[in-house]
Amino acid sequence: MPAAPPPPSWCHVGRHALFPGSGSDDDARFDFLANLNGFLAGQVLPRVREAYVGRVLPEFERDHGRPPGNRHEVRRALSGDPTYQLWSALRRSTMEMRQQAGRGLVLRQLAALVARAQALNAGSPRLQLDPDVEVPRYASAVDIHCMPGGYHTEVVSDDVLAAANYDCGIFATTGGMLGRYSDGGGRALARWLGQVHPQFKPRRILDIGCSVGHNTLPLAQAFADAEVVAVDVAAPMLRYAHARAASLDVRNVLFRQADGERLDYPQAHFDLIMTSMFWHETSARAMPRMLAEIRRMLAPGGLTVHLEQPQYQGMDPYEQCIRDWDAYNNNEPFWSVMHDYDLKGMMTRAGFDPARYFEVKLQGVVDDALFPHADDTREDYGRAPLWTAFGAWA
Amino acid sequence: MSSDLPSPEDIDPIALANARAKGKRPYFFDDPDVERVLAIAMAIAMEHAVTRQRLDALERMLDARGLVSRAELDAFVPGPEAEAARGRWMQEYIARVLRIVHQGGPEQGGRDQDADLPMQAVMDELRHS
Repeated sequence: MPAAPPPPSWCHVGRHALFPGSGSDDDARFDFLANLNGFLAGQVLPRVREAYVGRVLPEFERDHGRPPGNRHEVRRALSGDPTYQLWSALRRSTMEMRQQAGRGLVLRQLAALVARAQALNAGSPRLQLDPDVEVPRYASAVDIHCMPGGYHTEVVSDDVLAAANYDCGIFATTGGMLGRYSDGGGRALARWLGQVHPQFKPRRILDIGCSVGHNTLPLAQAFADAEVVAVDVAAPMLRYAHARAASLDVRNVLFRQADGERLDYPQAHFDLIMTSMFWHETSARAMPRMLAEIRRMLAPGGLTVHLEQPQYQGMDPYEQCIRDWDAYNNNEPFWSVMHDYDLKGMMTRAGFDPARYFEVKLQGVVDDALFPHADDTREDYGRAPLWTAFGAWA
Repeated sequence: MSSDLPSPEDIDPIALANARAKGKRPYFFDDPDVERVLAIAMAIAMEHAVTRQRLDALERMLDARGLVSRAELDAFVPGPEAEAARGRWMQEYIARVLRIVHQGGPEQGGRDQDADLPMQAVMDELRHS
């Protein structure tokens, strides 16, 4: 099999007023990381599977008289394997290097970025921060995906560091497969709605856990007459998101600091309520509460839809274990639990009609002019732009 | 509250860039020191790639402006003096990078009796002489 083409260079990343200025050294750093990720997924991970099939699994079967019954047994058995250890150590190290590269890039120009955000945000009715919003334990217990300070920590006044770091690195982490503006998820959702439900024209849209608004804006653009509300608990994300949207000339989004469990909108207020890659970063108590809130706020005939990584049901224990790596080793403490859930049952308990529940596969929409088509032939266990969309009609 | 935070001019960007993520870091190798060395090696590998990309950009710009072509660079053959100097540089470079190997590891202890004198033995000796 010929080698996979290298990912597009970071020099093609989509820029907006808040995007950090950078030089060719920064391009090279992110290109190194993107290619290192590709190498680990394409060249090293297959060796881990070989080690599992050739050494670890036979040894387990010899000792137990049966194959591993679940991913936890696979994980414990793999943990002593040198190939797994090497892959894991390199992967963890790559993640930490990505964080350092992004923070280094942003921190050296933080004053300028903060000033730009202040200029774009000053007096705007479309940015509502609320310092009384508490950061939930699920967002603060550890720094999610090894992002120092998580989404919410503020290092300087009017901070945007966490957001700028998040925004600049995701293109490298995903090998550009989410498109120049890392908005492939939102674009996939908007395309799916346009193709499969062309009659659906939401007037009010809510995005919960919007972070920098990557996936909010494609919906706001697809439904330009709609009022869009994007909420997050993290002020640095919202400052950046609002300024980013303004500089990309998207004007129909209100970015609001609020907790998705406690929203003050009336019943049946929204026609579309969405999340993207959000639930695995919440908790066992928060998720059903928020789903019940979503049910309450959704208008009759409205739609709720959520982009996530695939659930583990029906997946072989080895693949579950590899997908679960991020839970244990990339600070995703709810990932493992969440991906075991019976989502249909959970949404039914939240008040949705099980007959109106759905799950579909959505493939990322990428920038055809600059990027190869997103392909699902090289699964990167959590990074490839192939989502499960689940949801229900009200 | 934001007002209690420093202004962006009053932070140490280098130290902050190296902030660690909250949450216990997993170590995968039996010896965490091996993993630390691997992390340093990977960072150096990245910075080496950065230098190589910058050099490549420089070569392409020189080529585009007709100053030095990339074909000329690829076809470069040093004269005898340059060849000798470059050879010495390469020897020194390799020795510098592999210094720890050159100096011998603990498993080679005793190879050089003088160099491997235990410090405690020398301390005891000097205390009484």
